[in-house]
Amino acid sequence: MIARHFGIGLAIVFIASYALAQGMADKGGTDKRRSGTQDMGGVLQKMQDDDTANPGMLFVQLGGELWGKASGASGKSCADCHGSVASMKGVAARYPAIPKGADAPVDLEGRIDLCRTANQRAGSLTSESRELLALTAYVAHQSRGFPITPPDDPRLAPFRARGEKLWQARQGQLNLSCAICHDDNAGKKLAGVTIPEAHPTGYPIYRLEWQTLGSLKRRLRNCLAGIRAEPYAYDAPEYVMLDLFLMDRARGMMLESPGVRP
Amino acid sequence: MSRPGLLAAALALAAPAAVAQQVDLQVAPQIVGDAIPASLTGQPGAAARGRAIVANRGVGLCLLCHSGPIVEERFQGDLAPNLAGAGSRWSEGQLRLRIVDGSRLNADTIMPPYYRTSGLRRVARNFQGKTILSAAQIEDVVAYLATLKD
Ligand code: HEC
Ligand code: HEC
Repeated sequence: MIARHFGIGLAIVFIASYALAQGMADKGGTDKRRSGTQDMGGVLQKMQDDDTANPGMLFVQLGGELWGKASGASGKSCADCHGSVASMKGVAARYPAIPKGADAPVDLEGRIDLCRTANQRAGSLTSESRELLALTAYVAHQSRGFPITPPDDPRLAPFRARGEKLWQARQGQLNLSCAICHDDNAGKKLAGVTIPEAHPTGYPIYRLEWQTLGSLKRRLRNCLAGIRAEPYAYDAPEYVMLDLFLMDRARGMMLESPGVRP
Repeated sequence: MSRPGLLAAALALAAPAAVAQQVDLQVAPQIVGDAIPASLTGQPGAAARGRAIVANRGVGLCLLCHSGPIVEERFQGDLAPNLAGAGSRWSEGQLRLRIVDGSRLNADTIMPPYYRTSGLRRVARNFQGKTILSAAQIEDVVAYLATLKD
């Protein structure tokens, strides 16, 4: 009996320290994965961690205002259907997912836009618009500190597999793949920049180079442009497939949204 | 320039506006063993111009992956062998083939093929049908690398 309790206690301690290793620098844990946050300088890490300094928090604030604002033919706000934003805890940790009645996955932005068009009956929000980024940041912020937990939906498997294929495929004039940089050469220097492992833990992120918040999609488009590959169209399913693959690859890592990046 | 701005320029991740060349590969470079012995243009290149191409991350892109004896460029890569001494290790013909299409020597190489337009997927519209460097630029780069003796 005592031994059994001890065993459970150990398991809990193990899980807790595992979680800790994920959230902060990997302090000798068995999980060697690194969030992009750990590859940044201390100044930027501090900026991300301090809500009064993290410029992404301004978007979270704006998202909070939009959450309570009625719009569209329904005359309803997000809050009218969902109540407090606390109902959104953990949601960002399990996207992309397949919405009820659909047969293909959407990312978190896509899910929010579905609510906007189908439930609020308002106009669709364009990719990278201030409103969509703000609402996404507001919802994602509720999952800060939550481990990434992709849903157990077998229908997602073929989409994720296609995402992995895209990840492995060489493309563009430079003939490189995502995997070449982010699996095989992560941690090395591309010119002066440390190549991160490309975990989607911080999105949407405030990137100083953009001087605004941006989505994972925008980040992926930057990498595609870097290897001189034709970016997928803004509404292409490829981004969702890559997102599915990346979220699975980052399973168990902590969400940190809104992240800050150079 | 601020650090982020500098990095953006360095990585050319922002605007892929770099020089790209419309090529005519009517004369395929002649490979002999592990080398292309003859100049792609029939002329020798100029080492000084080659150095500038190697140093320019938006044109040669070399320093994204390689480091080299180009002291004024602070941000250099470490994905690939240092270019210092390349001219002692390799003949001009060997250097030429490694730049034209390193996959002829190592199918898994990550070094981009600088003078090949076939077998590439989803090339961005403004780079389609163009090689990364022109024949003349490659000759300049070869001439520069040949000067890098240990
Ligand atoms: C030539 C190398 C290279 C290739 C190829 C590449 N990336 Fe990146 N990627 C980078 C670098 C360097 C950064 C971070 C530096 C920066 O801020 O620009 C980055 C950043 C990222 C990030 C953000 C990570 C974070 O912590 O915020 C993601 C996600 C990502 N890449 C995914 C991809 C995907 C998907 C592909 C393929 C479609 C790809 N990358 C191809 C070099 C590359
Ligand atoms: C995306 C990465 C990348 C870029 C960009 C790149 N290289 Fe390379 N290069 C490599 C790698 C990796 C090797 C090692 C051999 C191999 O893997 O085939 C290499 C090998 C070489 C070699 C042989 C090195 C030796 O001593 O064995 C030379 C010379 C060379 N590169 C020159 C250049 C020049 C000049 C440029 C730009 C015009 C360039 N490279 C751009 C990745 C790159």
